[in-house]
Amino acid sequence: MNCNGTHYRAVVIGASAGGLAAVETVLKELKTSFCLPILLVQHISPHTQSYLATHFEDKCALKVKEADDKEPIKRGYFYIAPPNYHLLVEYDGCVALSIDPPVNFSRPSIDVLFESAADYFGKELIGIVLTGANSDGALGLKKIKERGGLTVVQTIETSEAPAMPAAAIQTACVDHILPLEEIGEFLNEICEC
Amino acid sequence: MFEENKTENEYLEIQLLLEAIYRKYGYDFREYSVAHTRRRLEYRRAREGMTNYSSMQHKVIHEPAFFEQLLLDLSINVTEMFRDPWFYQKVRELVFPHLQTYPFVKVWHAGCSAGQEVYSMAIMLEEALMRERTQLYATDFNEAILEKAKNGIYPMDVVRQYTTNYQAANGATSFSDYYTADYDSVIIKSQLKEKILFSPHNLATDGVFGEMHLIFCRNVLIYFNRELQNRVFNLFYESLVPGGFLCLGSKESLRFSDVASKFELVSEREKIYRKKREG
Ligand SMILES: C[S@@+](CC[C@H](N)C(=O)[O-])C[C@H]1O[C@@H](n2cnc3c(N)ncnc32)[C@H](O)[C@@H]1O
Repeated sequence: MNCNGTHYRAVVIGASAGGLAAVETVLKELKTSFCLPILLVQHISPHTQSYLATHFEDKCALKVKEADDKEPIKRGYFYIAPPNYHLLVEYDGCVALSIDPPVNFSRPSIDVLFESAADYFGKELIGIVLTGANSDGALGLKKIKERGGLTVVQTIETSEAPAMPAAAIQTACVDHILPLEEIGEFLNEICEC
Repeated sequence: MFEENKTENEYLEIQLLLEAIYRKYGYDFREYSVAHTRRRLEYRRAREGMTNYSSMQHKVIHEPAFFEQLLLDLSINVTEMFRDPWFYQKVRELVFPHLQTYPFVKVWHAGCSAGQEVYSMAIMLEEALMRERTQLYATDFNEAILEKAKNGIYPMDVVRQYTTNYQAANGATSFSDYYTADYDSVIIKSQLKEKILFSPHNLATDGVFGEMHLIFCRNVLIYFNRELQNRVFNLFYESLVPGGFLCLGSKESLRFSDVASKFELVSEREKIYRKKREG
């Protein structure tokens, strides 16, 4: 799973209201050689048939897919949590899905992904909280930080819905608070492939 | 303080805790998804104000009541009537015509939780005029939840969702025909319960349930690791008549198991499989 140029092994992203456009902005900036796997929780109505993978498919060079239960996390892939399931990282580096009750009124929940990813990847993880109107992700980001990972939050000014970034900034000791447009470039510099 | 190897150390503690539960109480969680188990244990640990999993191990060995609590924590009972309505439609469309051909039908709901799934099935059988000649077995390893399943009493505020699901699954009449409403809850009509046998069964440690024509095991295997999943798939294979059907949750799959080739895929999205006629 490793990228030669960095000690990081994965990126997790949490987004809610306004997230589709924000994630797209980040993805579009990524250089074609960007290879760290990305896992995304985007809040979405539980009853929709998922369209997210199709939506992001042609927006980046990574291979986009809805995450399947127990599939290995591989470099070059962009995994999206399916509607109505939590997405977790299992102890063997595979994806795990669950139908545990919603957390922060959300399933999938950003905290659930971030906390499990922090357990597995430790300091080799980058966590990013984007725009959103609740506080999901704040505790997860805090845990990533505690495990030595790198934490990034979108600036309040560039967030369509500022509550989620604000909660994350308040709760976690955030390493970088970046305008939306700069997040992709920031990731490019980390993955030196 | 930053602890190197914190994850590995915690993993070891969790394994020892699960080992203690198994050795002392016989419930085997050792092959469940670790990420999931860890989340549930973490929740309990924080609520009890304990600092680590090793102290939970001590407590669970010495206090059976604490074990009962952990058992509840570790069995996720989230369920609905007619969950994934499109799935039930497909069962009616693709599986029922085959069940019609048998004089007597046996159906097993493994991991039935509080009963919503088996009652949904009973309603569909009723509407297909098959309920009288069907025996339903509803099992779960959690006896507290089985008791709820037997009672069939559900809070009023979930009934709206169940009704929507029932309609989306093309129910033939009105969902309210199947329950009587109380002040803030509903109770499933007793005629639907007649052909259901509720009993404890642990998929991780118990044996075959014979001669089934149809097995439902939805959203249970998702919590197991691959090895345990594989053993359970073998158990289902042994429990089905040739030509019998197996229905899984929409994120579960037979694909990676070693009985995969002994089943044919009936419907991909709905995860409906059929046991081939000979080995
Ligand atoms: C999430 S519920 C699914 C309920 C229902 N099948 C549905 O899809 O709506 C999972 C159920 O599996 C049960 N379960 C978990 N492990 C089990 C085991 N080893 N043997 C039997 N039942 C188990 C739990 O107690 C719980 O009721």
